[in-house]
Order: sequence, then structure tokens, then C-alpha cells
Amino acid sequence: MDFTLNDEQQMFAETATTLFGDTCTPDHWRKMMEAGTAFDPDRWAQIVENGFTLLMLPESAGGLGLTELDFALIAQAAGYVALPEPLVESAGIAVPMLAALAPDHALLADPSAIIAIAPSANPVVASADVASAILLEKDGHAFLATPDKVTLTPVATIDPLRRVFRVDWNPANAQDLGPADWTLATDRAAVFAAAQGLGLAQRSVDLAVTYAKDRQQFGKPIGSYQAVKHHLASAQVAIEFARPVVLAAAASVGQQDVYSRARASHARTAALEAADKAARASIQVHGAMGYSWEVDVHLFLKRALALTGSWGTPAFHRARVATRLFNRPAGPDQTFAREA
Amino acid sequence: MDLSYTPEQQTFRAEVRHWLEAHVPAHPLEHFDATRAGFEAHRQWEATLKSGDWGMVTWPKEYGGRGLDLIQWLIFEEEYYRAGAPGRVNQNGVFLLGPTLMEFGTHEQKQRFLPPMASGEEIWAQAWSEPQAGSDLAGVRATAMRDGDDYVLNGHKIWSSRAVFADWAFGLFREPGSERHKGMSLIFFKLDQPGVTRNPIRKINGHVGFAEIFLEDVRVPAFNRLGDEGQGWHICMATAGFERGLMLRSPARYQVAAAALADLWQARKDTADPVLEADVVRAFMNAEAYALNIYQTASRLIAGAKIGPEASTNKIFWSEMDIHLHQTALAILGTEAELLPPAGQHDWLDDYIFALAGPIYAGSNEIQRNIIAERMLGLPR
Ligand SMILES: Cc1cc2nc3c(=O)[nH]c(=O)nc-3n(C[C@H](O)[C@H](O)[C@H](O)COP(=O)(O)OP(=O)(O)OC[C@H]3O[C@@H](n4cnc5c(N)ncnc54)[C@H](O)[C@@H]3O)c2cc1C
Repeated sequence: MDFTLNDEQQMFAETATTLFGDTCTPDHWRKMMEAGTAFDPDRWAQIVENGFTLLMLPESAGGLGLTELDFALIAQAAGYVALPEPLVESAGIAVPMLAALAPDHALLADPSAIIAIAPSANPVVASADVASAILLEKDGHAFLATPDKVTLTPVATIDPLRRVFRVDWNPANAQDLGPADWTLATDRAAVFAAAQGLGLAQRSVDLAVTYAKDRQQFGKPIGSYQAVKHHLASAQVAIEFARPVVLAAAASVGQQDVYSRARASHARTAALEAADKAARASIQVHGAMGYSWEVDVHLFLKRALALTGSWGTPAFHRARVATRLFNRPAGPDQTFAREA
Repeated sequence: MDLSYTPEQQTFRAEVRHWLEAHVPAHPLEHFDATRAGFEAHRQWEATLKSGDWGMVTWPKEYGGRGLDLIQWLIFEEEYYRAGAPGRVNQNGVFLLGPTLMEFGTHEQKQRFLPPMASGEEIWAQAWSEPQAGSDLAGVRATAMRDGDDYVLNGHKIWSSRAVFADWAFGLFREPGSERHKGMSLIFFKLDQPGVTRNPIRKINGHVGFAEIFLEDVRVPAFNRLGDEGQGWHICMATAGFERGLMLRSPARYQVAAAALADLWQARKDTADPVLEADVVRAFMNAEAYALNIYQTASRLIAGAKIGPEASTNKIFWSEMDIHLHQTALAILGTEAELLPPAGQHDWLDDYIFALAGPIYAGSNEIQRNIIAERMLGLPR
């Protein structure tokens, strides 16, 4: 029993934090929003260069063969900058699914290829315009289609750094890869949404802390007032009690049982609630500034909102926890239980 | 990260479970705060625990422990709560003073105080709060006047849990004339010694759960001072870190309660308000989150880290989760919520009333939020 991260994991995460921190600054966000784009080819090239797209690809297919836990740390760093590029969807969810179904597929040999993924639970698919291919769910099967074989209709979303599309497609024009493990994909999506949620939440708190130290009212920094302090402290509590769940969930995805599914759903619930709570606290602490487009807090609120509705609603994920709670023993000796 | 128990840890769990199955009293003991008889029955249980060397598993063997690590302590606690074993009447000793003694005590002090603490021969109360010094603990006025090899203690302590029946107290005193955080010392005194008067105070559940203590020229040897003279504040904060961050509230306590809540829901869901299922699931998730957080903390401490201000987030989390869990239980009980349960049945009502104290003791949640904001987030005072 050991709940600590190893040096390699921490180093990988630090590399991601630095890369994202350097290239995904408020200036970048602004430029992208003005240009109306949600994809920066330069940043994507650096992401590829650092090996982040190979993380979840098995070594046999030329990848790094690392685990959900390793990837979750990258996803957390992505959340901290509200990363626009579809790293999580493509490298975290679509790539391992494609590798499981068609390990020799040519797309997997190209680390810069983006694979979008459209589970039937989602009404829209993110970043389909920049994808080399889209994985689509139908009757439990996964179909692979190139963007020219489907009809993509852009749909307006509140998140200015996300591009989403409705996909109209005909299975006759797509490659049927056979029955796919959409439950496993949902687990990964839940864990990585949760990890992004941790990053979103912490960024919201950090932005508010910086502002509250600086902004003066009644002759003092507003951060010296308890009402302000307590908003942010409560948000931090939510983060502290989501983080270990996210890490444990990421470490147990491979179990693929009722326990690991419940934990993934729990992680997602707790972390996205923390992200929402922190973003709202941050807006409140910024006052009217927080309500303005110029201050970046709204990006974190909006991303949390977007993630909360994708890959299953909160009710769907609560039901997965309920299934575990009401059909398996609960209690203090069951924290790390797994199906025999 | 490896979230599975080693074979040794599994064997240890089996050993604890086996011992508890053979020793946990078949009928619940009377509450230790209700009567002297209930208190003494719990003292007897502490002695039974000690007979199996289970008094405090993390202490070194020479002081009455087993020299085990914090993961094994968690396993012990899990089995302890799972078995429905009696509450620890000496928790102020074993979980608060014990770790502090281990860190700041001399070898002689450890030898003198830890073994009888582990066996329940000496049961401890914490005497920090005063009528004028609650949240603002640096405002304590009780004094310790040095007189040769002794201290002479004077003052008025209050809200001291278990002090009505306990044997010893660890109190916070100041050098006469000293101010605020300076000049304080942590000093032990016997609750039945000349000059000590204790008056029971009834809690809102009617039990005499805590006491006020008057000290008039109470003479104790300087040996009873923990740490250096004037170091009392520093030591108290270390104790408080343990209290809030790890030991005061075992995750197992809430996991048992959450499992019982799930059973209550299953038994009553046909008639209860359907929206409550979401709260039952949330209570379970909260208890799991708390357990995972504590496993993470235990792993960090084993790897050499120290408890920091994040301990304050724990205290807020468990106290708020406890209230939510019990509110949910009462909501499921619905029209019967106000009725005192027959003896021997799960007392959701009394546990709810107790949960309401959580945001107050061990440093109120408002104070914890201040600590998080100032020491974790770096906001100005
Ligand atoms: C069940 C129980 C058991 C206890 N056991 C013990 C024990 O064994 N030993 C012991 O020494 N003490 C014990 N206490 C006392 C406990 O530590 C104090 O109650 C606690 O520190 C708060 O102090 P107070 O009651 O004087 O409240 P006050 O300090 O008067 O606070 C009253 C209210 O004001 C708020 N407040 C005060 N200052 C601030 C501030 N700066 N910012 C924001 N809000 C503030 C508080 O949060 C609280 O809500 C126990 C209390 C309870 C309820």
C-alpha cells in the first residue's frame, strides 16, 4: 500500500506543467479567441515532441505504454491552463481504444494524428475539424471514419476554447472495427475529466488568491477579509478531497470492475464539483472584474460546465456509484476492494 | 502508487479481526460520558485491549505499543470500527498527547506516561480552553509559577472532555506576566490532587461529557512539563496538527456510518423521499474520499513528510460530512426522526447531536478556514 507518486511520474507532470504554462498564457488565450480558433499547431507540435500523445499507446504499437495515472497527471496540467487542444480526447481515450481494436492501424504510427471520439452519450464531438479520423459509437461497435466521409456541423458552445460539431454519418462509409469497450472509454473519460477538473479548480483558486492580495477596498487588500478567505478556503477543501480520489481512480481503471467504475465516477463527480465551486468562488472574489470577459476566470467555469455534461451526466455517474454501494459490501475494509 | 495491501498487511488485518472477534463485548457498553460505571467499563476495555498489545499500535514496544506504521494503524482502526468495538475513552491520551509525547518528551517522560496511557490505567483529559480563551487560545490566563523543582498552577479551565472522570489532564499555562504566544508551557496535573476542583457540565445530549476545572495552588513537579519552558504554544500546535490532520477521527468511523446509512436507505426506500438516494450516495463518496485522503497522508508521512496546514482541510471535511450523513439518516427516518431509539439500536439521533459539535471543537471551522486561507493560500492576515 503506497499512495505516493514516483519520481518519473512527477517529472513527466512537471514537463507538461512547464510546457503548458509557457505556451498557454492569458495572451495566447486572447489571441486564439480573437482568431476564433481552438487549435494551436505550434503547441500541438510541442505536445507531440514531448511524447504526450504516445503515453497511453502500448509499447508494442510504438507508444510509451504508460498508465492512466501517468496520463491523469498530464490531464491535470491541461486543466490548469484550460488547454484548447484535444490531447485528452485523442491521446487519452481514442488512441488506446483504437490500439485495442486495430493495433496495426496506420494512424497509430503518426504521433501527431488527432483522433476525435464520439460516444453515443455525447451529442457533439470536440475538435473533429482538426482530426485525422473520428471514432464513432454505434450499437456497441466502434466505427472509424475520416472527416471527409462524415458531415460535420459546427455547434456553438459557451466554451470559447472548444470547437464542437454534430456528426452525421453513415456506417457504410466508415470502417467497422467491431465491438469496442465503451465502458472502459467512459472510465478513462471520467478519470481524465476529473483530473482536468482538479487543474481547473486550482487555477480558479490561484487566480482569486493573486487578485485578492492585490485588490484594495476599505484601505486593505480584500484577501484580508474573512468572507473572502472563507470562499477560497472552502474551494480548497473541495480540491483536497477530490485529488486523492482522482489519483486512486486513475490507478485502478485497469481493474475494470464495479469498484473501479464507481471510483472513476466518484472522482469525476467530486473534481468537477470542485471545479465549479472554485470557479464560482473565484468570480465572486473578483467582483465585477470576475464577470468581465477580460479576466480569465470565466474560461475555467465554462470548461467545467462543458466537461460536466460530456461522457455521461452527473446522474449517470451517481448511478454507477450507487450500483457499487448497493450491490457490494461497503465499509472500512472495502476501500480498495476489487472483483475477485 | 500501489493500492493493494501486502501479504503482511493482510495477515495483520486477519490477526486484528480474529482478536477483536474474540474480545469485543457482546453488548454495547454504557457511554463513557454518561456515568462513572460507563467510564470504568471503558477503562476495563482499554485494559483488555492492552492485554492483546493493541493499546496504540504505532508506539514503540518499550512504551506499550507494537512499533507499527501508519498504514497498519489505519488497518487496525478499520477493523476496530468494523467490529463495533467500544469508543476509546482515552483518545485524548493515545491519539493526541501520545504522539506529542513521542515527539517532544524525554525518555523518562515516555517511560513514565506512555505505558499506563496505553493500558487505560491513566486516562487523560485535555485542559486548554478557558472561559476567556476559546478560539483565541493564546489568551489563556492560567498560570504556572516556578518554585524550585515544582510548578504551582492556578486558573480556570473549561470544556475539558472526559475530565469529570479522568485521572490526568494536560494543560496550557503561562508564566505570570507573559503575553500571548510567549511564556506558555504544557504541563500535566492529576485531576484528583489537592487544589483541583472539577464541575461537570452537561452537553446538549444530557451527558456530563465535559467539565470545568478550577486550579488553586496546585503543586506539580517540573518533570510534568512537556518540552522546554515557554515552548507550550509550539507543542500545542503540533498536537493540534495531529488532532486535525490524522488521528482524532479515523476514516473507518465514517465508512461504518455510511454503510449503515446505505442499509437504512435500502430498508426504508419504499416509503422515504426518493431524492434522498443522492444524499446516501454522496455520504458514501464523502467517507471514501476522506479515507483516500488519509491513506495519502499516511503514505506521505511514512515517506518523511510532516503534517502542515492542510490538516485544517481534514477537520472541515470530516465535521461537515458527519453532519450531512446524519442529517440524511434523520431525513430517511422522517416522522420517526425525533423518537429516541430502543436500547441497542443504532442511535442516529445521538450521533447527529454529537456531529453538531464537530465544527466547534479541535479549533472551530471558521478558524480552520482562516488557517487554510492564510497558511495554505497565502492570503494576508
Ligand atoms: C464537544 C466539545 C468538546 C470539547 N473538548 C475540549 C477539551 O477536551 N479540551 C479543551 O481544552 N477544549 C475543549 N472544547 C472547547 C473547544 O476547543 C472550544 O469550544 C473551541 O476552541 C471554540 O472556543 P469557544 O467555545 O470559546 O468559542 P469562541 O472562540 O467564543 O467562538 C464562538 C464563535 O465565534 C467564532 N469565532 C471566534 N473567533 C473567530 C475569528 N477570529 N474568526 C472567525 N470566527 C471566529 C467561532 O468560530 C465560533 O463560531 C470542546 C468543545 C466541544 C464543543
